[in-house]
Amino acid sequence: MTGRRGGRPLVPAYLSTGGVARPSRPHLERLTVLSGSGESAPADLPAAQLALLDALYGGSLTVLEAAALLELPVSAVRVLAAGLLDRSLALARAPIPPAEHFDPDLLKRVADGLRALKHH
Amino acid sequence: MAYAPSSTTSGSTTGDIHLPDTARELVKILIAGPFGVGKTTLIDSVSEIRPLHTEERLSEASVAVDDLDGVREKSTTTVAIDFGRISLPGGIVLYLFGTPGQERFRALWEDIAYGALGALVLVDSRRIDASFDVLALVEESGLPYAVAFNTFPDAPRHHTEQQLRTALDLAPGTPLVTCDARDADSSLDALLALVQHLIDRDPPEHR
Repeated sequence: MTGRRGGRPLVPAYLSTGGVARPSRPHLERLTVLSGSGESAPADLPAAQLALLDALYGGSLTVLEAAALLELPVSAVRVLAAGLLDRSLALARAPIPPAEHFDPDLLKRVADGLRALKHH
Repeated sequence: MAYAPSSTTSGSTTGDIHLPDTARELVKILIAGPFGVGKTTLIDSVSEIRPLHTEERLSEASVAVDDLDGVREKSTTTVAIDFGRISLPGGIVLYLFGTPGQERFRALWEDIAYGALGALVLVDSRRIDASFDVLALVEESGLPYAVAFNTFPDAPRHHTEQQLRTALDLAPGTPLVTCDARDADSSLDALLALVQHLIDRDPPEHR
């Protein structure tokens, strides 16, 4: 995104959601994983939702990464993603069940993984 | 797909940031500290993607409504939140969020901190008091944390660990390490100190 830094975003935030301030479903976290459902985009899909769907072409992205890519606030991407989910154009997966955040096994695997990255 | 790529810029300068197909569990750690302490440097040293950022408004109340923020006026109060990503074996993807700690970022802080494993608080030993606000926010949020002194070449070295602990009012069990945020191994060690702390401590009752 370096090429557009300081320039205009793909879609201005205030236009991107069509004036909708809140997503139609709760709990789209920053790390919720979005992927395209494979359904064709309908002709009447708003441009900003199309831009998000387009970003999901070729792989999954978190809400966070989609926001960075589209140069939109996370809050706007939540609204856009909810729109795509409502029309079954995208799928969402929670990053991890909240109860597992302090699962000792998960933490140990994080530690092992970080250790393995060290070059020494 | 019935739709054509709508932009020639999307992704072209960023590389492919799509998640690996193996990604199963996504976790996050906050890299917290005042401006200029080296948060982005640390993230950059260990991230598999070039650090990206999101522009966040400081007032969640006006989010995405038809206000004038979209035209990017100079007066718009936004802050860039940097993040990076590390894919670990077993489908774990660790996200690192560079999180400023001033009081005015409180609402944003709570949103970003939701679900985080913990926080690594970076402290500049040349200006310890610049980290007081962020330490207060971390403690208030209840996130477990470790403190890493980012060692700047011109930093005074006359602090003992005990002096630093006293100055920051750290609990005895809170890890305190030094790190060079420019160095990947050093940054990984600081992250490991935090994760080991998370493993060692008793699981909180409310979780």
